[in-house]
Amino acid sequence: MMAIKMKKGSPITDKIFKYVAIGAATYVLVIIIMIVVNLTTGSAQVWQQEGISFLTGSDWNSVEGRESYGAAPYIMGTLVNAGIAMAISIPLSFGIAMFLSELAPKLLRTPLAMVIELLAAVPSVVYGLWGLLVFRTYIQNWIEVPLHNLFGDQSIIFAGTPFGLDILTASIILAIMIVPTIASISKEIMLAVPNSQREAAYMLGATKWEVFRIAVLPYSKSGLIGATILGLGRAVGETMAVTMLIGNATGAAAFPSSLFGPGQTLASIMANEFAEASQGGLHLAALVGIGLILFLMAFAINVVAHLLVAKVVKSHEGAVLA
Amino acid sequence: MITVEQRTEFRKHFRYNVGRRLVLDKVVKCMVFLCVVVAIVPLVAILVNVFSNGAAALSWNFLTQIPGAVGSDDPGGIGPAIQGTLVLIGLSSLIGVPVGVMGGIFLSEYGNNRYGRTVRFFNDVLAEFPTIVIGVFTFVLIVLTIGNFSVWAGSFALSIIMLPIIMRTTEESLKLVPVTYREAGYALGIRRWRVVFTIVLSGAKSGLVTGILLAVARIAGETAPLVFTILGSSQFIQGLDGPVDALPLRIWRLSSLPYDSSVVQGWGAAFVLIILVLSINIGVRYLFLRRKGQAMLKFKKLGSMS
Repeated sequence: MMAIKMKKGSPITDKIFKYVAIGAATYVLVIIIMIVVNLTTGSAQVWQQEGISFLTGSDWNSVEGRESYGAAPYIMGTLVNAGIAMAISIPLSFGIAMFLSELAPKLLRTPLAMVIELLAAVPSVVYGLWGLLVFRTYIQNWIEVPLHNLFGDQSIIFAGTPFGLDILTASIILAIMIVPTIASISKEIMLAVPNSQREAAYMLGATKWEVFRIAVLPYSKSGLIGATILGLGRAVGETMAVTMLIGNATGAAAFPSSLFGPGQTLASIMANEFAEASQGGLHLAALVGIGLILFLMAFAINVVAHLLVAKVVKSHEGAVLA
Repeated sequence: MITVEQRTEFRKHFRYNVGRRLVLDKVVKCMVFLCVVVAIVPLVAILVNVFSNGAAALSWNFLTQIPGAVGSDDPGGIGPAIQGTLVLIGLSSLIGVPVGVMGGIFLSEYGNNRYGRTVRFFNDVLAEFPTIVIGVFTFVLIVLTIGNFSVWAGSFALSIIMLPIIMRTTEESLKLVPVTYREAGYALGIRRWRVVFTIVLSGAKSGLVTGILLAVARIAGETAPLVFTILGSSQFIQGLDGPVDALPLRIWRLSSLPYDSSVVQGWGAAFVLIILVLSINIGVRYLFLRRKGQAMLKFKKLGSMS
């Protein structure tokens, strides 16, 4: 932003100031590197013991002498849980974004956008509490029991006794939680589409929906994909609400099969079992190892998302992203 | 983007099916509006439930007493949790705010180069990290090394979550201060660091405060990193190197207990937490609405989600 170049031999105070600022910025990079290093060393024990089967195995036994750890069910659980949540929240978020950017009257736009963002401000643990004490019974009585009675045990995905603490409930809560992320970023991206694009479509006689479809959507495609991936990143890492609702299966039983069965995600197994793991033991190393897997997953997702989103911001001045 | 070939095609298409197209348009509009309603319903439901159930638990004792023995007749209060949350916020701000603001100054004043772009990118990535990973990292780095759970460990973890939010909002608000202000400072012979501190920072004050408040609101509700760093406690703080309680952690613990009294207390604690978080969020947004510059609206997203 600042174009002014300081002359050589600028006063020492300015130099100190500059280096302090650089140091503070470097702190971010140092933290990220330290996260990788610490999670790797902290989990070295389990990688040595289990090798690649820590990624592919499904045993999870913390009984001393018979210890065996495999993260595959939790990786699958994380993907399935996030996948269902995305399937629910993507259409919902795009609908909201379309309403806020194309249809809502100017007066309504800002307050509505703020209400949507307040959804994101509610702490995860409050979602969890509400899900556990209120929402769960609705899901159980209104969705799970009817579906179970209708399809019963013949189908795989509706098998099991509906209990409310399962993959379905956790995914729906997760969907509610990531809607504001995807919706508000998508809205910004849609607002960044130049009006000339819309006007061109209106001129051809398109209706609002057609304008959206042929002018806005294609123009903002890569940004919307970025917003979605950003939402995925949050879904993958979300911990508390999921931990409180997913039912916490371990080992091979945690492989997601039925919507009404208990599951487990990478984040939730860490939160759940941490208290039981003794310091210095293999169990703890396994949990840190799970942390490393989650870190790498989230890191990859976020890097891709930010690259996609940054492209949009660069090409259209005015699109703003968190 | 509408190409020339598409234009002819669309024009032909739009000439016919007018009735059907108008109906489709209406249907889509209704569905989109429904999306907004569906998204708002959970927010309203959560607020109604938390307020109605939580208000029943509130009393002076509830806010100040230590928790009673689990399952006993006297459920006690959440005093240590409130104290712990406030102390954690204070200490993590002590680390997160100066580093975040200086980092933001770097990005805005010196960051127009490759290194600046790298930092900005990874700062954005760090902002989206699963917070539980930061908790595990702090656990390995501090708790395992020192040997016990502590207020410091919790504050360090929370400061990492604050940092990217503050850094980004600082950068954005400093950039809104016109270059001419800086040039006026230089013309008066003021050193660069003083220009930044006295002129630029004071011009960007409200943006800075907003960023810091949103970061505070965000960490106030964080649970996952605290599970690994502060352990939780039913006593008031004994020392900064000892375990401590926090509101979100207390809510989580209460929710897993099977007693009616703990459920009531859970709602009560959620009530206190949500009042704290939402009042900051709504307050900040209200200030925004009053401010004119639309550009400032870009901060609001950074503080969300926990």
